[in-house]
Amino acid sequence: MDSQTVAARHQDEIAHHEGEHPYYLRHHFETVEQQKEAVSFGMWLFLLTEIMFFGGLFMAYLLYRNWYYDAFVSASNTLGIGLGTTNTAVLIVSSFTMAMGVYCSEMRNRRGLMLSLAATILLGLVFLGIKTIEYHDKYTEHHIPGANFSIEDFVHPADKRDTALAPDMAQHAQIFFFLYFAMTGMHALHMVIGISILFGLLYQASKGAYTNGHTSIIDNFGLYWHFVDIVWIFLFPLLYLISRHPLH
Amino acid sequence: MSTIVRLPNQQDATLPKRSYLNSEYGLKSWLLTGDHKRIAILYLISITFFFFLGGAFAGLIRLELLTPMPDLVASDTYNKLFTMHGIIMVFLFLVPSVPATIGNFVLPIMVGARDLAFPKVNLLSWYLYIVAGIFTVSALVLGGVDTGWTFTTPLSTHYLNTHVITAAMGVFIAGFSSIFTGLNFIVTTHRMRAPGMTWFRLPLFVWSHYAASLLMVLGTPVLAITLVLVALERAFGIGVFDPTKGGDPLLFQHLFWFYSHPAVYIMILPGMGVISEVISTFSRKRVFGYTAVAFSSVAIAVFGFFVWAHHMFIMGVSNYSALVFSLLTMLVAVPSAIKIFNWAATLYKGSITFETPMLYAFGFMGLFTIGGLTGVFLGSLGMDIHLTETYFIVAHFHFVMVGGMLMAYLAGVHFWWPKMTGRMYPESLSRLAAVTTFIGFILTFFPQFVLGYLGMPRRYHAYPPEFQVLNVLSTAGATVLGIGYLMPMIYMTWSLKYGAIAGSNPWQATGLEWQIQSPPPTENFKEIPVVDYEAYDYEWLANKTQHEVTTVG
Amino acid sequence: MSHPTLEDAHAEPHIVGPKTYGLILLALLCLTALTTGIAYINLGVFSPIVAIGIAVIKMTLVILFFMHVKYSSRLVMLTVAAGFFTFLVLITMTLSDYISRAWGLW
Repeated sequence: MDSQTVAARHQDEIAHHEGEHPYYLRHHFETVEQQKEAVSFGMWLFLLTEIMFFGGLFMAYLLYRNWYYDAFVSASNTLGIGLGTTNTAVLIVSSFTMAMGVYCSEMRNRRGLMLSLAATILLGLVFLGIKTIEYHDKYTEHHIPGANFSIEDFVHPADKRDTALAPDMAQHAQIFFFLYFAMTGMHALHMVIGISILFGLLYQASKGAYTNGHTSIIDNFGLYWHFVDIVWIFLFPLLYLISRHPLH
Repeated sequence: MSTIVRLPNQQDATLPKRSYLNSEYGLKSWLLTGDHKRIAILYLISITFFFFLGGAFAGLIRLELLTPMPDLVASDTYNKLFTMHGIIMVFLFLVPSVPATIGNFVLPIMVGARDLAFPKVNLLSWYLYIVAGIFTVSALVLGGVDTGWTFTTPLSTHYLNTHVITAAMGVFIAGFSSIFTGLNFIVTTHRMRAPGMTWFRLPLFVWSHYAASLLMVLGTPVLAITLVLVALERAFGIGVFDPTKGGDPLLFQHLFWFYSHPAVYIMILPGMGVISEVISTFSRKRVFGYTAVAFSSVAIAVFGFFVWAHHMFIMGVSNYSALVFSLLTMLVAVPSAIKIFNWAATLYKGSITFETPMLYAFGFMGLFTIGGLTGVFLGSLGMDIHLTETYFIVAHFHFVMVGGMLMAYLAGVHFWWPKMTGRMYPESLSRLAAVTTFIGFILTFFPQFVLGYLGMPRRYHAYPPEFQVLNVLSTAGATVLGIGYLMPMIYMTWSLKYGAIAGSNPWQATGLEWQIQSPPPTENFKEIPVVDYEAYDYEWLANKTQHEVTTVG
Repeated sequence: MSHPTLEDAHAEPHIVGPKTYGLILLALLCLTALTTGIAYINLGVFSPIVAIGIAVIKMTLVILFFMHVKYSSRLVMLTVAAGFFTFLVLITMTLSDYISRAWGLW
């Protein structure tokens, strides 16, 4: 075997060895694939805890919607359906851009990944911006439960098509709004955490971190982001679409 | 009395030159470690601290109950005593006890891995535990909480001025510590078993921890959101649990017990795992009905999710619901009973010796059986109407948790102490402590069954004078029990310097952890083992030891 | 190993492409418009059922395609199922108490 072949063989061995033990393989894992699957499985388990965490809030919602249906209908109708639908669309598109980010990471496309992450951040911020507007509306309309709350809108509704509620049922609208703020607030908190992490990911991506074969982190953050999207997919009909006016 | 202990020749035996204990020096190397073994030791120290803190509260409670009159402390203070006792013992001791100390240490070795799947998350778990402890101690120092460890609404949300939110936040954070430990165990068991280590070759200790981890991951978040709702209710008065605003206090109880019942299985399953290992080792026999014991662990975990409203029978749930939950409660007793039968069958025709872990295991079997049976009594609606909120309940859960779980924890600490430290504890002293604990326990808690049956309510610090004799017996027992728990503190610490050198396998036990040196090296195995033998294979072990001896000569 | 385990069914090294993602995006947006529109129609007792049903379909699309579960190991699918199962236990068994209260005493 001539020296050139030996040298080429040697280079192959080094490349192969480095391929087997990239810098991101932790010492307690045997192979990259084992690490990848373990980390992904760990993220799924974490999402399970999130399902059960939100589950408690959904349980409270289901109970009180059952008990105070009329108050829930009236209260739900005060939420802006335009803003709500827009936010739903915004979040769905952000899920798409995040999925595209995963694709770019797998395709080792650094610019594509950065664009996707930036788009996801932007859409996330738009979502939060719209949410802020909605919260502010609730404040000005005196629909925030507690001392600020006023039952006027429910006992004497401005729109003639709305049913007027008895005062004690109108008070129960507070429970709807409490759940509205608790559930969307908890959701928004998860969005804020997600966007903060996204900034970090964007920075690391700019340095080439996730387009060199190490796709785990983008993959698993994607799972988190999609989960937050799914929570909203349920919050939207439950909070905004309880029973809108019939079109006739 | 015969013994299976086989120690190396003490004249020339030394601890291994290099182990996880001396691989790195300095406080930072401990506080920033990723080594599951070091994290286990960190947990061991912190859990022991909280155990004695919770125990101190127990002592004060029993002291007050010596006399029928409320003469030691004010009523509010007494409420704070039993609340802190409960919160500390449940969330800062029992839930993490076996998983975080023994599980963290031996589980990766048992499956044949170098560490848990997520070492940094493991360390985070410990820091969350410490923060939770700080919150809880803060609540204590700031004046205490008096809601009972169950935070029942609307008492906790509307009628108290104490530090409910601080304590609730402490429990919230402790919950996440638990979740991350469970998450780590599940991923490690699924993805990091050594070649040849199939699910049904795993030690039953791993199966128990796997089942408990499922409960940790799926149940604890519901507790978390419940405590958040309590905090929001207290802070903003929203009405989610307030009947005057249309809320339902029972919603809190549904959400709280949805976690807190599985929590009792989180507490007991790891202990049952320890008992499987100890009974097998000290009867030199494989666990009878391995598959049944393995599946019963998972069955306990699954069924454990279906029975929570048996804590709410008198609270206003519908009769039909109570009926269903009562029936399901009967069912959940079955897998636990299966385990007891299988351990008894393991003992049958085994070669039994009575080292300290085995003494604790025997204690477990007897006391847990009594506790579990009384649980079945309580599960039947008719009995529960009369016995609930009495000392019968208190006795029931102390039998399963202290007579059961705490004994299992002590069995485990004694069993794996040689592995963790490389040294043996003094056997005669430890046997004395085990017997003292057993006697003290019976004296403390058996009278409480009678008290409860006679109608003494729980969480009261005054009682009718005719109950005093039983209460005095109980407090006397508590003193003996306290001595029984203090003794291991003393002699275990002593053994760190003066204990006999243990060698790698003083109990001649099977299991991968006994094939490596004591204390283990940081990386656990020089080479990941390939497993081609079943669990509890004592013939394999005998062959291997024989082979080792002949090759040395 | 005598029989395949959960871990054997490893994820196929399958990269989901932009076209699939685009189609799913379109479907999700259409379903969103649908659910908003249907809210204006009085379906009586079926309104919440339809609304939740559409939400479940959207969630399924996100889980299967955006979260790659369609191409994942059986273990991941089992994990997702376990999560739903526990969530449903919480909801149904708690609601069973509240619903049966109205049935009165025996």
